[in-house]
Amino acid sequence: MESATISRKSELRKTPLNAMHRRLGAKMVNFDGWDMPVEYPSSGGLIAEHKAVRAGVGVFDVSHMGDIRIRSGLQLDGALAAVQYISMNDASKLAIGQAHYSAMLYPEGTFVDDVIVHRLGEDDYLLVINAGTREKDINWVRENTKKFDCVVDELSDAFTQLAIQGPQAVDVLQKLTRTPLSEIKNYWFTHGTVCGLRNTLIARTGYTGEDGFEIYVPSDVETSEEVWNQVMEAGREFAIVPCGLGCRNTLRLESKMALYGHEISDTINVWEAGLDRYCKMEKSEFLGRAALEQARAAGLQRALVGIEMIDRGIARDKYCCCNEAGDAIGVVTSGSPSPTLGKNIALAYVPPSFSAAGTILYVEIRGQKCKAQVVPTPFYKRPKKAAAPRES
Amino acid sequence: MTYPKTYRYSKEHEWISVEGALATIGITDYAQHELGDVVFVELPKPGTKIEGGKSFGSVESVKAVSEIYAPTAGEVIEANDELQNTPEKINTDPHGAGWLIKVRLTNAAELGGLMDAAAYEAYIADKGKEASA
Repeated sequence: MESATISRKSELRKTPLNAMHRRLGAKMVNFDGWDMPVEYPSSGGLIAEHKAVRAGVGVFDVSHMGDIRIRSGLQLDGALAAVQYISMNDASKLAIGQAHYSAMLYPEGTFVDDVIVHRLGEDDYLLVINAGTREKDINWVRENTKKFDCVVDELSDAFTQLAIQGPQAVDVLQKLTRTPLSEIKNYWFTHGTVCGLRNTLIARTGYTGEDGFEIYVPSDVETSEEVWNQVMEAGREFAIVPCGLGCRNTLRLESKMALYGHEISDTINVWEAGLDRYCKMEKSEFLGRAALEQARAAGLQRALVGIEMIDRGIARDKYCCCNEAGDAIGVVTSGSPSPTLGKNIALAYVPPSFSAAGTILYVEIRGQKCKAQVVPTPFYKRPKKAAAPRES
Repeated sequence: MTYPKTYRYSKEHEWISVEGALATIGITDYAQHELGDVVFVELPKPGTKIEGGKSFGSVESVKAVSEIYAPTAGEVIEANDELQNTPEKINTDPHGAGWLIKVRLTNAAELGGLMDAAAYEAYIADKGKEASA
């Protein structure tokens, strides 16, 4: 028994910043097979980290995310054709230096994974994928791009990926690079020198619903720790804090960003997940499209909704949703207290007849029927930047 | 934080402070630290019978729900209602203002199976070693 425990532990994967997290006193958890920080008591814990990202700035180690590069083979456009076939958004619309949210689908129209597609060059793409689905994704990508003239490389272990997030992320990162960051639009990226590291990928992306950047630096421990320390030092005047996966989850939940295994999975399709606007049915053939056409014609059986608890109680993942009579009607996919709103919020799959804002339903919490209502999502939307004062 | 010498501790990280036939029960500093920011507490009403080793309520952090187990049998005479509005007291003062319930003991013999402060500190030190192994 003892040895089994130990061997399981030793199989946990670690990012290059693992020792740094431990030195900072982070609480570590097993996240999809990765030994990751969930919160840092030295930052004040999950709620303080969450608030820092909403109001100031925080830094996350997200090196567990995977990276797949798909580039041209002998002829140009093989990579684009491959990306178009394996993902649902229209990559032909991407300019060089632009990225978008997309997903890879099974022929059934359900999710292999969600993904950020970056167009690196003329026929050159970088797909950033989830940690827990890395192996599955890379095998699936290799298998399904075979018939295209393209080269597929897994670069996951080549990068340490840091997410610097929050309204002041731009101020922090600007101290570490001469690249004019204000020129990078949301979901665009560039390459520049960061912390003296040339050709660093700087993307204005994130998973917090806040403004922010993700940078990709070499994954050796020395470089990774050096960059982390420089970010912390540059962020000192903005009271930057290290942030764990705990607040990453509450931040993305408030912004209604999907999490694989929760809102999206191999049994949930695109329409149910409400990701229609990232699925371009009119583009060329792609995996999952035929099934999605059928599903659309058949009509929705369930829909993802945001709910807010009225009764006291916190709805959590896998809790049952029921109607007033107590009949099960759906299930919670993610739920948590919302540190920004001060309310208990959740995402749940329910029949479309329960999906209108204001609809009352109940969540079963340890045998108790607790009242909740459907609310518009996202729960939180970041304030638009005030327009610059006009010169008269 | 120090563990009061007069308290007894369970393996599930509850403490109990006994005064005659009455006792106060809470969760330990170790437990609150493991949980993180406490945001919600569910406690039994006065009159509820609790049984040693059985769950009598729950404490929730943002991340997780944690059951609270009775270190001994008893009848609830008071629940700490202040925690409804200020659950963070469990984080800031777990061995004092963050107490959960007061009970009338119904099987004081069970107290013998609990740890004293020194034994409990050794117990959690061992856990710390396991975690960093």
